[in-house]
Amino acid sequence: MTEPDPTTLEETPLAALHRELGARMVPFAGYLMPVHFAGGILAEHQHCRSQAALFDVSHMGQARLSRKSAVAALETLVPGDISGLPPGRIRYTMFTNAAGGVEDDLMVTNAGDHLFLVVNASRKAADLNHLRTITGEACELVSLPDRALLALQGPAAGGAMARLAPEVQDMTFLSARSMQVAGIPCFVCRSGYTGEDGFEISVAAADVLDLARRLLALPEVRPAGLGARDSLRLEAGLSLYGNDLTPEITPVEAGLAWVVGKRRREGGGFPGADIILDQIASGPKRRRVGLKLTDRVPARAHAVITDEGGRPVGEVTSGGFSPSLGHPIAMGYVDSRVAAPGTALRVIVRDVPREAIVTPMPFVAHRYKKD
Amino acid sequence: MSELWFTKDHEWVRVDNGEGTVGVSDYAQKQLGDMVFIDLPAIGVTFAQGDTAAVAESVKAASEVYAPVSGVVEAINADLNNTPSMVNEDPYGQGWFFRMHLTSPSDLTSLMDETAYEAYINELG
Repeated sequence: MTEPDPTTLEETPLAALHRELGARMVPFAGYLMPVHFAGGILAEHQHCRSQAALFDVSHMGQARLSRKSAVAALETLVPGDISGLPPGRIRYTMFTNAAGGVEDDLMVTNAGDHLFLVVNASRKAADLNHLRTITGEACELVSLPDRALLALQGPAAGGAMARLAPEVQDMTFLSARSMQVAGIPCFVCRSGYTGEDGFEISVAAADVLDLARRLLALPEVRPAGLGARDSLRLEAGLSLYGNDLTPEITPVEAGLAWVVGKRRREGGGFPGADIILDQIASGPKRRRVGLKLTDRVPARAHAVITDEGGRPVGEVTSGGFSPSLGHPIAMGYVDSRVAAPGTALRVIVRDVPREAIVTPMPFVAHRYKKD
Repeated sequence: MSELWFTKDHEWVRVDNGEGTVGVSDYAQKQLGDMVFIDLPAIGVTFAQGDTAAVAESVKAASEVYAPVSGVVEAINADLNNTPSMVNEDPYGQGWFFRMHLTSPSDLTSLMDETAYEAYINELG
């Protein structure tokens, strides 16, 4: 239970509020972040599935790309169809490398006069450097370190938010717009990382404490930490960069070939396009799969996956206990020949093979607001 | 009730007539968070002091639990299979992990008593 020296870590503008709310703070991606609050991860997880949970995700990187070539320039780094993204809409995409691997995954919003980007905390500096390679007179990059980010997630999030910002009522999943929330200027995205309906709210760092207190004052809303964020996204089958997506894994292997837009499949023009398009055509050798473990022992990242005969066929990349299902779940990469749902495999946990069944993801159905 | 002895890794042992009952401290359960599975040793297994004896799986992570003293496992708390949350709710009582016969009772001299352990965790912050 030793931890890195916390004095070298950054904090978000809400660190004092987290401590006031009884958070246990842990190092994550260079930040000291709340892993859970007084009630613990299980209670926070269940509250998000039944009501609404508020997460501080201000450690994530926010940036703007603007001017007339921004869209075309960004398309040289990502396989997504960014020029086909309508104003006010959000698209999930990724920075790929020459080998077709994933350097980071990100959300891109067409905010009208600019593109709004949200990237992972651990990749923030690398991503900004990467984006600087496409900047010039016709494409300007502005990093937004003075912006904080809150995620309000859960089936009650929509109703709770609507009392502070009635405009959200006609927003659907993956839409975004500027508005006032409790009188505070915000950029509100109907999106998230839990599988639930909800919002990700970009707000000036100077205003985030005020906004967080207004949201926490709503009876449905309770704070939640990174622990619940991780168990929620795992149940939702969503990949975690650094675990389930890495520079050695392609979007096709990850089961995310849908991020490669139709137009991009024809034209290519993004890093690793030859490899990625070839894998789309002929199928990848390994695939990301969901695993349901049949006894109570959780399998964690790096556990070896074998077939029933004990031959290694892959590795777990994320795993843990599913609070909603009451048993352990995992995701990992396996040889495509054993990737079909229902296939019985084994996961080696502390030298003991445990039964794991390939299971379609998400493990817990998404409940996005589609219309 | 006999005295509790603690390790620097936050296990406790309570000794009665050469039998040591082992668990993890209240500090440890708070650090680890909600328990979801406890991987207990087999009865009859021999441990030297400091050997990995069990694994506490919380929602967050798997953490090894070390034998606080040398000995032979004589009983395990099978109730933890169905209610691992006992470790969170009652770490010094119903949340015990296993019982062992001490083969080297002098191992206890390297452990902390409650007062020393309290000072130790206060230092950890």
